[in-house]
This record gives sequence, C-alpha cells and structure tokens, in this order.
Amino acid sequence: MASAVHQVTPEEASANPQPEAVVVRFAGDSGDGMQLTGGQFTLSAALAGNDLATFPDFPAEIRAPQGTLFGVSAFQINFGSVAIETAGDAPDVLVAMNPAALKTNVPDLKPGGLIIADEGEFNKRNLEKAKYAANPLEDDSLAKWQLLKLNISQLTLEAVKPFGLGNKEALRCKNMWTLGLALWMFDRDREPLVQWLKDKFAKAPDLAEANIAALNAGHAYGETAELGAQGIGQLHVPAAPVEPGLYRTVTGADSISMGLVAGAQLANLKLFYGGYPITPASAILHHLARLKEFGVTTFQAEDEIAAIASALGASYAGQLGVTCSSGPGIALKGEALGLAIMTELPLVIVNAQRGGPSTGLPTKTEQSDLYQAVYGRNGDAPLPVIASRSAADCFDCAIEAVRIATQYMTPVMLLTDGYLQNAAEPWKVPDMGDYAPFPVTFHETVPAEGETFLPYARDEKLKRPWVKPGTPGLLHRIGGIEKAQGSGNLDYSADNHQAMTNIRRDKVLGIDIPDQAIEQGEAGGKLVVVGWGSTYGPITQAVRRARRQGLDVSHIHIRHIWPMPKNLGDLLRSYDRILVPEMNTGQLKTVLRDQFLVDATPLNKVSGQPFRIHEIEAAIGAYFDADGSIKAVNS
Amino acid sequence: MNEITTIRPSTPKDWETDQEVRWCPGCGDYAILKAVQRTMPEIGATPENTVFISGIGCSSRFPYYMETYGFHTIHGRAPAVATGVKLANPDLDVWIITGDGDGLSIGGNHTMHLLRRNLDCQVLLFNNEIYGLTKGQYSPTSRVGTRSPSTPFGSVDRPARPCAFALGSGARFIARGIDVHKNLPSVLKAAHAHRGAAFVEIFQNCIVYNDDVFAPFTEKANAGHQLWLEHGQPMVFAGGTKGIALDTERLTLKVVDIADGDTSGVIVHNVTNRAIAHMLVEMPFGPFPMALGVLYDDPAPTFESAVVAQNAAASEGKVADLQKLVSKGQTWMVEKEPHAI
Repeated sequence: MASAVHQVTPEEASANPQPEAVVVRFAGDSGDGMQLTGGQFTLSAALAGNDLATFPDFPAEIRAPQGTLFGVSAFQINFGSVAIETAGDAPDVLVAMNPAALKTNVPDLKPGGLIIADEGEFNKRNLEKAKYAANPLEDDSLAKWQLLKLNISQLTLEAVKPFGLGNKEALRCKNMWTLGLALWMFDRDREPLVQWLKDKFAKAPDLAEANIAALNAGHAYGETAELGAQGIGQLHVPAAPVEPGLYRTVTGADSISMGLVAGAQLANLKLFYGGYPITPASAILHHLARLKEFGVTTFQAEDEIAAIASALGASYAGQLGVTCSSGPGIALKGEALGLAIMTELPLVIVNAQRGGPSTGLPTKTEQSDLYQAVYGRNGDAPLPVIASRSAADCFDCAIEAVRIATQYMTPVMLLTDGYLQNAAEPWKVPDMGDYAPFPVTFHETVPAEGETFLPYARDEKLKRPWVKPGTPGLLHRIGGIEKAQGSGNLDYSADNHQAMTNIRRDKVLGIDIPDQAIEQGEAGGKLVVVGWGSTYGPITQAVRRARRQGLDVSHIHIRHIWPMPKNLGDLLRSYDRILVPEMNTGQLKTVLRDQFLVDATPLNKVSGQPFRIHEIEAAIGAYFDADGSIKAVNS
Repeated sequence: MNEITTIRPSTPKDWETDQEVRWCPGCGDYAILKAVQRTMPEIGATPENTVFISGIGCSSRFPYYMETYGFHTIHGRAPAVATGVKLANPDLDVWIITGDGDGLSIGGNHTMHLLRRNLDCQVLLFNNEIYGLTKGQYSPTSRVGTRSPSTPFGSVDRPARPCAFALGSGARFIARGIDVHKNLPSVLKAAHAHRGAAFVEIFQNCIVYNDDVFAPFTEKANAGHQLWLEHGQPMVFAGGTKGIALDTERLTLKVVDIADGDTSGVIVHNVTNRAIAHMLVEMPFGPFPMALGVLYDDPAPTFESAVVAQNAAASEGKVADLQKLVSKGQTWMVEKEPHAI
C-alpha cells in the first residue's frame, strides 16, 4: 500500500472558523509591546470566563530595526463561549500598529474582518520600509475588509500630555490606548488592568498614571466616537461552559516549572536544575530560579553540555537532576544522555522544540525532534519519551516524567514546543492532594560480612539501586564503560554487552504507562487521526467538526511516545485508515509504521506556524465520499 | 571542627580497590595513584565522603582504583559533573582527575569555569603532553615540533601552559608536582587544605608515547633544575647555589648566583602574591628552572557556599506550599457551569 502526502492547499487555508468565538490579532513593531498587550487582553478574557487560546508570534531579534517587515511582533487570541483549543485560524479583528504589521498580517484576516490601524504611523518612511508603493489606508486595496483608521499615536500623546513625558516615552503608552479600545469593544472590565499597571510601575507612579490615562482614553474613544455609524459596535462574548473551580492562566513554561517542582516534592527529592540560555526553553530556568524555598537549586552552566552534566552529577549525589533546552542544545547533550542511560541515573530532560535544523527558526514552533528524542544517541540507547499536548498538560507531563525517572532510574525526555512554551490558556488549578506521592528510597543497606554490594543488581522492574555518595559501606564506581551485570565492574565481554543491552531495552519497554485512550470516537471506525504534542488543539476541533457532519472519524493523541502504550497497535489496526498530522515531515508516522506495521499516512506542515483547524478538517474530508463512506485506498 | 572519632586511622592499603590496574607497565600514573593513596590517611579523609570524578583518557581510569565513591564520566566533562555533585552535597570531598587533552582541549571550557567559580575541590591534571589512550597524537600541551601519528612532520601550534591557563581563569590555588617525586603527597596535602578550587599540574611520564619528555628537570641528575617553592623562604635551587631575583629595571625575573649562602636580593616566596604567581607560571624552562610545589594559594569564598547561602536567604520566611504555588497569580472562580448558548 502506498500513501500520498497531503499538502495543505491555499483554498483550505482560507476557510472560515467557528462563529461562537472571536479571534483578535495584535500586530506591531517588536518594540510596540504587542506581547504585553496580548497578554493583558488574554487576562481580561479569562476573567470574563471565556475559554481561550493564544499564539504569540515574535521575531528572533530582540529589537529588530523599527518599522521593518521582519521586525513585526504579533499576538493572536481566540476566545469564546465554547471550548477553545487553538488560537484560531483567521482573525476577525486585526490591530495593526504600523504599515509593516498591516502588510505581514492582513492576508490572514477573514474577509469582512475589521482592521484597526494607527494611521499616525503610516508615513512615507514607514510605508517605504514596509515596501508599500502607496498608502493602503488611502486607496481601496483593503476594500474587502472593514477599516477603522485612527491616529492612535496622536490620541495617545494627547491623553498622556498632563504627565510631562518625553515624546518617546509618551508614545510607549500607545499599546495601552489600543488595549483600552479593545476592552471597550468587547465590554471588558478595566479594573484588573489598572491594578496591574499600578503594581508594575509601583516605583514610577508617573508612568503608571500615564499608562492608565492612555488606557482610559482608548476606552473612552470607543464609547464616545460613535463608531456605530461605521458599523462597529460592542461585541459580547459570554462565558464558556467550563467545570466549576478556581482558574488561572498558564503558559507551558509556567506549567512545566511547577510540574517539575511538584514532581520533586512528590518524590521527596530536592531539585537541581542545570540550564543554559536558549530560546524557547529559558523561561523554565527563569521560573525555577525564583523557587528556592522548594529545595530548588538552579545553575546557569557554561554550556549545554555542562548543564546536563551538572544535572547528572546532582542526580548521582541524590537530587533530582533536570535540564531543559531546545533542539540544538539537546544535540549537544547527546553524549551525556548516553552516560545517564549507561549509569542508570534519574534525569529529566525537557526539549522545547523549535524549527530546525541547526539554529533554524528559534522563535517558531515545530515538532521535528521526535526522532532525536527517541533515537538521537550513539549506541542502542533507549529512554522514555513523553510529549505534552497543551500548556496545562505540561504540568501533569512533568510530574509523569519525574515519576518514571525516579521509579525506573532512567533519564526521561519531555517534549514540548515553542508554541506550548509561550501560549497561555486557562488552567483549572489542581488540588495537590489528588496527586499520590511516589517517594524515593535510597539504598542504604550494607551487605552482610563476606558479601559485596552490587550497584547493578536489579529489582523486578529491572531498576538498579540508587546510592548517595556519603553512604558508609556502599562504596562503588560507575561510569560510561560497559558494566558487568550486578557488580558494575568494567566488562567488555561479548555476552555481557549483549545481556546489558537487552536489559537496558527491556527496562524501558517494561515501564508501566497507561493504556492509550481515545479522545473522540471509538475503536474500529473508518478513520483515525493520530497526533502528539501541540497539534492536540487543531486536531480536536477538526475531528469535532467532521463528526458533527456525520463522518466516522476518531482522534487518538499519544502522550507516551516511548515506550508506546501496549494497546496502541491493536487500536490502530482497528481502523480502516490512519492519518497522522505533524509539524514535521512525518516522524511519528515512521515510528508507528515501524512499530505496528500499519499504513499511517502523514499530513505535514513545517511553516513554523501551528496547524489550522480547517487544514486538518480538509485532510479528513478528503478520505470520505459524499455519502460518508470511506474512499478506496488511493494508489 | 569537631573531632572525628575513627575506629582506626586508615592506611594507604585501605584506599586500594580490588580492580586490576590497567595502565602500561612503567606509567607515571602508578606513582601518582600511590601518592594519592598515601595522602588520604594523612589528611584524615573518609572513603564514603570522598568522590573521585574523571573524564576520559588514561588518567581518567583513576577512580576505578580508589576505594571511594567514583564517577568515570565523559570526555572533558568531569568538572561539570563535579559541580552538580558538590552543589547537591557540599559535604563531599571532591577530587577531579583529568589530563592535558581531557582538561585543556575537549574540556578546557569546563576547567576554566570551574576555576573561575571556585568550586571547592581538587583538580589533578596529569600532564604528559600527549594523547595516550588514543595512541599517541600530540596534545594541547605538546611542544612545537612534536612528531606524532597526527603530526608526522611535527606539530606547528604553540602549546597551552596549564598553570598559566588556570591562573588566568581565576584559580586561587596553583601547584605543580612530579609523578615519581617524593614531594607529591605534600603538594596534594596543600591542595586539599585549600578551601576552593585547587589546581595541581602533575608532570606525568608517558613511557610509551612520550618517554622522558620531562627528563630535563625530572631526572635525578637534573634535580638542580627544580625550584621547590616554599612560603616565606627564598627562591633558591641548584643546591642553594642559585636563586630567583627580580630585575627591577625590566620588571622580569632573573637567575642570580648565590655566594656563601647570602640570599639577599633573592625573592622570598609569598603564596598569596598574585603578581609573583603570574611570573612563576610564565617562567620559561631552560633559562629558568621549573617552579614546583605551591605557586599560589590565596583562598576566596567558594561557589557552593555562596549558592547554599543564597538559597537559604531566598527561602527565609517562605513555606514550600505547592497548593499556594499552583494557585499564584491572577485567578478567578467559576462557581457553576454557565449555560452554553
């Protein structure tokens, strides 16, 4: 059986999203504070009870030259009165703070969507930088959208005039003016934001007041400018039906950090984090560095290798060693990962994947390190791999990684990606009492007279004992050279290497993981969409829509990439067809084919952007005839 | 410090393992191993609190032969592993065993940062100016013109000087020893007594690939070319007939003859004088003798103690409450499920 690779077509890419939700994109220069504006708007939506998902998309340069096309920073939020799993396909509203932001973002805007543009920035110089021959606000090139042009720069300057700020500082309040208008548009409460500004600028009350004034002015503009005449009114997006409880927003980086701390506490261990700055993993280091009271030590090492080597050293000494990085850094850690596998010490390695290879796309998302995670070391070097599906899911995945690492004495790789790291979503605060502790017992029993301690003796799970240096009577040496079974002494013999290789494999394959669940649908259908990681959102929505249309399609989302759930093979074989959407060129697809000899068909996207719902929906649709029957297998 | 009650003092034999030592017959590593095993009882070390950590190379097999805790890691990374060990448990007595290739080539970065941070440990760098385990290629400390399998026409790059590198990296203790010399245990004792990163370059003879490379000062007949430094004592060598003085006009060192034991004008060694240390690590062998013993010893606060203190200060008055942690930030309560529209 051959299978065709489905490429996303432009027609699919411009279809409509759902009506119960609104998608807003803030776009501006990387110095315009768009990420902050988006973050605060997110909070207001969350406080209003909407379900939501966000997609921050920013350039790799810290301060790219002002006004340029590559310096555009954008933040998209999808919020609604229904369950939201993605940041939305096409925006309903685009806020463009300059010509470059308009140019790079307007093609995504839904036909009939609203553009709010700061005409104060549409001057000759900025138009040239954005490579506009004519001012798009003045000709009819934007005719298929609704256009609201305001001189936000001027309006902001007027609003903050009483505070005597310099021109540059005053213009920095532009984003708050814009946010004020956006809050009016969606009838949101300004008070939490006012409080936030007061806290943020506690040391500079003038700046706090200026920003608040700008915010209020933007809001007042909406109220008084009679925008209704232009067909622009307030939109009410009611609260979404969610489980009752206490909520907050989290990014994946927050949630992983807290999950690692929770995991270490459940294991009754101190946590040692060895890290080296890299986008987009650094946020975890920043978060953990502030949590010393949980027995956390953070160490900013001299390089990626030292980061993992120090973490392994800490694990050897009896703490939970953790290191995080992104693809290029994980590549550098490869040899030390092998050492962790050989010495069978617990270690958690987080890979916040980004576009590759090499430096690739540092701030863009991709899922292309699955091979690296599962296979990317010299020798037969198996380790468990877990993939997180959402910002909130990162918490439980981190705890699961700690559990496996400490219960089986093995390094564990946890995969997230740039999108999960940065995107925020509402999170129902867990009750920590619901998590069962899994305390570690260090081996301290001194062998009887005449017997020797065996550092590579194994229990029924094939786990070896964890002995802290400093323990009397259990002196031993470990290292990267092949070990004799039991004694751990150097042993190059053929039979021993065969046996130890088998043990390392069997230990990992024997890890106790839950059976694979089905997210939507049931076993034995016509088509199953199989995903992993951050494609969870778009796959969920696409399958939901397809099922509403009566198509027999199910969704399976794999958390345990290695070892795979024991029932997964039978489950996959129960469907007629298997579709695997991935933000890579087909890595999970290959593993599934290899492990289960099934005809998994890839749907690939490596544009640095997450999947859109309709891209997957269209791919699903292509499997079915008009009467809902599955098409014959294509050549 | 409290008196530690021991059942009996250890002997060098107690520090030997049951493992067969696998260095070439006549290798200088044997002598260093014996010197370390002789040193351990004298410094009152306890095996369970002692950890030997090594990288890759001939020298890095060392931990297998010490009856202590030991970690034979990967090429060049021993300082990084040691940093994690020491930060996780500052009570452990950490010894790093490395070589000229391991510590200055593939692991040069880690050596630099370990010394800069001043982790409390001993770094024993076995310098044989050659790659032994990979069969004789020239190393970063090999002299210009070294013929080896990878440099059949002689090496062309200038060698690194381990002690100058260490001092430049910020090390607060620098010493030199010779594998077979009787003074090695006293150098090791001084290194152990120093709180902070103690860097010791040990001239180690590779009998197979670089035999006698240090003979011009290690041979008995050449002992006159050894300058054994002692704090508070004048820098004299060659049986007290020569000394090191400062050429005040050119601000360099010079060799002076000593007549009738009159050492006036000869520099009195002060281990805390960083300027002298700089001149000693740069002193070229040939015109000058080889400076041995403790070149520099001026303790500074250690990395792990600073980390421990900061962790404690940052935790003060805070409770490790997980529930509070996950509930932080701006939260909202959903009382009951709103009606779907």
